[in-house]
Amino acid sequence: MSTMAVDVHPPVWRRLIGFNLLTGVILGVGGWYVGWFGAHAVVAPSLSFFGDIDFNELSLVLAYLGGVVGFLTGLGFLNYPLARLRGYPSSLREKETQGVGRYFTLCTDHKVVGIQYLWGIGLFFFIGGLNAMLIRTELLRPAHQVFPAGTYLTIVGVHGSMMMGMMTSGILGPFANYLIPLMIGARRMAFPRIEALTFWILMAAGVILQTTIFWGGFPTGWTGYEPLNIEAYQGMDCYILFFALVGISMTLLGINMIVTIVTMRAPGLTWTRLPIFAWGVLSTAILMALAAPVLVCTLSLALFDRVVQTNFFVAAQGGSSYLYENLFWVFGHPEVYILALPGFAIVLEMLPVFARKPLWGYRLAVAGLLGVSLLSWFVWQHHIFVSGINGDLRPFYMLSTELISIPTGFTFICGMMTLWRGNIRYTTPMLFCLAWFFNFLLGGLSGVFLSDVPSDVTTHGSFFSMAHFHYTIMGGLVFTFFAAIYYWVPKMTGIQLSERLGKIHFWWMFLAFNSTFAPLFAIGFLGQPRRAVTYAKSLQFLNDWVSVSAFALGLSLLFFLATFVYQLAFVKKPAEANPWASRSIEFQLPSPVPVHNFDRIPVFSSDPYGYGEGPAPSWTPAGAPAGRD
Amino acid sequence: MATHPTTAAPGADRAPHGRRVIVAWLVLSIVATPLVAIFLGPILPPGNASVQGSGQVVDNTVLTATITPVFCLLLVFFVYVLTRFRAAPATALEDGPPLRNHNGIQVTWIVVTTVVVLSLAGFGTFELLQNGSGGGQGPSPVAVPAGADHMMQVQVIGQQWNWTYRYPGYGGIETQDLYLPENTYVVLNVTSLDVIHSFWAYALGVKADANPGVDNVAYLKTKGPRSFEIRCAELCGLWHGYMYQTGHIVPQSQFAAWIKQQQTLNASIARYMPKYSRSYYPDPQRRGG
Ligand SMILES: [Cu+2]
Repeated sequence: MSTMAVDVHPPVWRRLIGFNLLTGVILGVGGWYVGWFGAHAVVAPSLSFFGDIDFNELSLVLAYLGGVVGFLTGLGFLNYPLARLRGYPSSLREKETQGVGRYFTLCTDHKVVGIQYLWGIGLFFFIGGLNAMLIRTELLRPAHQVFPAGTYLTIVGVHGSMMMGMMTSGILGPFANYLIPLMIGARRMAFPRIEALTFWILMAAGVILQTTIFWGGFPTGWTGYEPLNIEAYQGMDCYILFFALVGISMTLLGINMIVTIVTMRAPGLTWTRLPIFAWGVLSTAILMALAAPVLVCTLSLALFDRVVQTNFFVAAQGGSSYLYENLFWVFGHPEVYILALPGFAIVLEMLPVFARKPLWGYRLAVAGLLGVSLLSWFVWQHHIFVSGINGDLRPFYMLSTELISIPTGFTFICGMMTLWRGNIRYTTPMLFCLAWFFNFLLGGLSGVFLSDVPSDVTTHGSFFSMAHFHYTIMGGLVFTFFAAIYYWVPKMTGIQLSERLGKIHFWWMFLAFNSTFAPLFAIGFLGQPRRAVTYAKSLQFLNDWVSVSAFALGLSLLFFLATFVYQLAFVKKPAEANPWASRSIEFQLPSPVPVHNFDRIPVFSSDPYGYGEGPAPSWTPAGAPAGRD
Repeated sequence: MATHPTTAAPGADRAPHGRRVIVAWLVLSIVATPLVAIFLGPILPPGNASVQGSGQVVDNTVLTATITPVFCLLLVFFVYVLTRFRAAPATALEDGPPLRNHNGIQVTWIVVTTVVVLSLAGFGTFELLQNGSGGGQGPSPVAVPAGADHMMQVQVIGQQWNWTYRYPGYGGIETQDLYLPENTYVVLNVTSLDVIHSFWAYALGVKADANPGVDNVAYLKTKGPRSFEIRCAELCGLWHGYMYQTGHIVPQSQFAAWIKQQQTLNASIARYMPKYSRSYYPDPQRRGG
């Protein structure tokens, strides 16, 4: 259909003109000023384009919203709906764009979006990590020393928001977008433009959060508790807009994943043949699609309280700070499983490959993923056991929280029994997966203390809980994130990554990670509160130990970044199509994967875990012939 | 690359792997669990300065002892599996036995984890309901220790960025320092004037959020005289990190003397102070528009 010749070598200046990131940034800045001055035209008593004008909350909010609209317009998100409104047929141009330029514009090829996500999320992950280094620098001494008090809180808040906001899409963004259509035998995601939209909204959100420093930062940490939220300066608006945009991105991403997996599976790919990774993505996507809207609504209420004088959360005027806590954690607890579940799925997906055995207890593993997904809705008040809300419901939330270890245990037993009597290869991705067991075990066992109300009285709000969720999220999500990078990036880029460098990275990161976070359990048990800039003198040695280890951890990530970029940009050693001898379908495709994935849609006859069950592949390319959609 | 080389003949490896792991686990657990309970238990937080604190130490000891065998199981399992089933370079791509399921193992695992989890929840509930465990329970507490009607009341008021205390049993006087008599049951009524704070007396095992407009009740029975640190455990703005104090548990006679002195100090300012109330509604600090 699209036979127009694409000239891939026009001069550089010509290539910069059009709908792309550059135009997006220019229109974004323009939109920002339109919103800013527009709001002033409505609400300010006087308007001066060059002198000082009255500051108001509304102008800032509208400025950022104008900026987002301008940014998305510049990227070309209005082209398709406008063209359709004017009666033009739909086209595949957004997908078939060639060259490096497609990574800097609206591209509807799910493989391009996956790689965009990988770099975009990676960028913000490193910014978040840098903030962690600053926090540990401040905590080298028990008293206040490096940063002004407000700056320190902003650093803590940006670190938390960056990690809890951007990293929610850390697996689903890069890897599910790239792999789910391949794994289910489809040529695209269900909603390719929405898929691209989720990425660019997320990038806009990340930038908005960074700009909080121009408005004085925000003092609340990533939870944004009321009524401190209402009291805070304009930097708070950046947090609210950031997280609301992240929520919108997550909702759309979740819906897109659910619809894709439910409706676009190739013939023969029944629910019991679906790769376990797809099950993990599905259970995560359900949480995203249902929990993230709660976040968007909650933050909208907070924004109304700040901007247009409503009183949802102001106790003296009939509101309640409990309302915010409740709404936030109704989102917030599914949120932490949005972070954890993809890790479970990655571990279960890779163990069969590197133990050369079928996934043990497939149905139990699926039940575990779905069970966690379901139970995570009934546990949120364990975050507010000592808040004074619903004192009589605490035994229920203690029970529901502890029940969630049962489906989590399913993942453990299925993983462990998959290793049992296997033929285990210690490749880099396998090492990261095995580290998941260790980290998540410590994270889970420490969670027992936090779920138990009497014990939680002491551990809540201390470094113990902070160590706990770093073990589950960094130890669970980030370690599997790297497993996924080492496992799938050779497929995604066609470039092989060095096993030796990968193993150095692994051991460095694993040891530094445990040396950083294990002592924090002790520090929390000894009574150091989170997010406080001061601590008892007697805890200085442990804190210094943690800080030094954290710097080593930071360096291990820099080492990864340097070796990763060096290998992709300079060494460029071509990867085999199936470097791990995996039976999974994505590794049976040529590298790089063709734009439309399959010449003929595959027909599946079993799950991809038939190790030791004979050479018959789990699928044949016998379905519908090449047509593009 | 040959993706599907020869499959190991099923049942070729008849070594009693399962029995070895279970025996090693049992031995390790039986040795480690009592050691953990005896040596680690007593140093677990938050210490024995109050009845509630001691209760938490018991709780933490039981939890630590419970998770020890779990930790041992995974430790033994992984050490065994990762050494014993390591691939030799020559046969690295040989497939293992295609074990897909085992109903006995599944059922055992589900039953055991369920029993452990339910016991933990039951134990936690029992401990909580005994004396409230020092946690904030809100305005209508459920875990009320016997004799709550006759306890000494102390109101804890959080504001940015300090704690003050009112003693309704002594005319609602307000003090800058927290003094409590020894061996006494105390009701803490925690509230806030502005944002959410959290009153945390670590050594006493007490933590209760201070919410504006809410009376958050926590119970506490002091033991012998000592000092203790008070911190704010909920991020409350700019000087959150400096919201700490030292409180004191003192002998009854010394407490009586102290409260008398405070009453004298308060006499001159009493008429300016708001009447004692479960909560206060100062004008909220809000900006915006
Ligand atoms: Cu405070």
